[in-house]
Amino acid sequence: MEGYIAVFRSIPYIFSGVKTTLLLTAAGLAFGALLGLPLALVRVYAGGLWAFVVNLYIQTIRSLPLLVIIFLFYYGIAQALNLPEFLAAALALAVRSSAYQAELFRGAIQSIAQGQMLAARSLGMTRLEAVGYIIVPQAIRVSIPSWSNEAAIVLKDSSLAYAVGVLELMRHTEYVSARTGEPFVSFMVAGAIYFAITFATNRSLDAAERRLRIPSQAEV
Amino acid sequence: MTGKGKEIVRIDNLHKRYGELEVLKGLDLSVTRGEVVVVVGPSGTGKSTLLRCINLLTVPDSGQVWVDGVEVTAAKTNINRVRANIGMVFQDFNLFSHLTALQNVAIGLRKVKGMPAGRANERAMEELTRVGLANKARSYPSQLSGGQKQRVAIARALAMNPKVMLFDEPTSALDPELIGEVLDVMKRLAHEGITMLVVTHEMGFAKEVSNRLIFMEGGVIVEDGPPDRVFFRPQHSRTRQFLRKISELYGKDEGSADIDE
Repeated sequence: MEGYIAVFRSIPYIFSGVKTTLLLTAAGLAFGALLGLPLALVRVYAGGLWAFVVNLYIQTIRSLPLLVIIFLFYYGIAQALNLPEFLAAALALAVRSSAYQAELFRGAIQSIAQGQMLAARSLGMTRLEAVGYIIVPQAIRVSIPSWSNEAAIVLKDSSLAYAVGVLELMRHTEYVSARTGEPFVSFMVAGAIYFAITFATNRSLDAAERRLRIPSQAEV
Repeated sequence: MTGKGKEIVRIDNLHKRYGELEVLKGLDLSVTRGEVVVVVGPSGTGKSTLLRCINLLTVPDSGQVWVDGVEVTAAKTNINRVRANIGMVFQDFNLFSHLTALQNVAIGLRKVKGMPAGRANERAMEELTRVGLANKARSYPSQLSGGQKQRVAIARALAMNPKVMLFDEPTSALDPELIGEVLDVMKRLAHEGITMLVVTHEMGFAKEVSNRLIFMEGGVIVEDGPPDRVFFRPQHSRTRQFLRKISELYGKDEGSADIDE
């Protein structure tokens, strides 16, 4: 019983890891999008060598477990350049997400009917203008559900950063678990916190999807 | 062509094949300013391909295309600038679904012609009014009927002040009740002197407003002349056959009895 009480007393400490978790997640998602969208555009619209190189990158990243990627960044790059472990983990998350987001956006872009591009070009738009003004705005809307999924994944994957010592939610929970001797309860608390964050994130993305949705026949 | 007016579209010896199938077999065509040319023919005979070769949405294998004196098929031609002078209306409308009707009509003016937003929206409203849809300016394509969508598409093409309007089966995807409103707009444009090249099955439209009726088959132009002549005194039996079939199917029966002469 004392163990339980000790855990509950440590909740603020567990909670203090959330900020780092959120930072890792934000970095992973943001960089993943910044790199992922251009990669998707290259795969869809560029030819030959460029598309091949991008595809190679994507397939390689997708074939590696995130833990391996984290260790590669940590032992390979971070230690050599003396970078903090947070950076190694953030980079690993970002690179992984960029590969998955590239595929996500590629699917969304290719789902846009070909007639849209034809109409845009028939007005005299360049390929770039057509992609920027017509295709991407529509593709973004289509991709929100999948992106919501990816956001949840990156959030949960941030927990792997604890393996290289990043002081995020999992690490803090581990400390508490070790100190109190109550691993189950400790990780239940962590689980509840992850759940709450994921739930809130999905709800906001759902709201964003509703705001961006094109009104249809049924509405005015 | 001399005397009657400027040659807006000229096509020389156009060839296009898709794999084994040769869809355009050395086609020649000339369209003068203000002419309304209707092209009919069986499916797959290259009518849509012909239209798309004019603004190079389809690249022909060989042959030359000129629009308003500019060789579209030349390597160094800025195709985007040429396309801004050619209006195209598609069978599937192809309205930009994330933009309102007004934004659809204005976007070409803003992004391609670089017009400031205020003026572009004014021009867009003019064109929407011209096709009778000023009250739908703030509606999205998903909120419009097929006939309304096509009229917005026509307005979008007209807003660019094109030298020629290309219509690729503009009413084929519409419910019969909605065809009339689109044809009315097109007839008005014809009367206003817009140069039009229309691929369609609508014989009534052809007879009422077109200057020339072209029958295409097998990748070449089989007949080309005033609609009355082509319809009632075609030079080829194949033309007669096809036109009779169309009249049967579409119920435009006023002239079909005479076709058997």
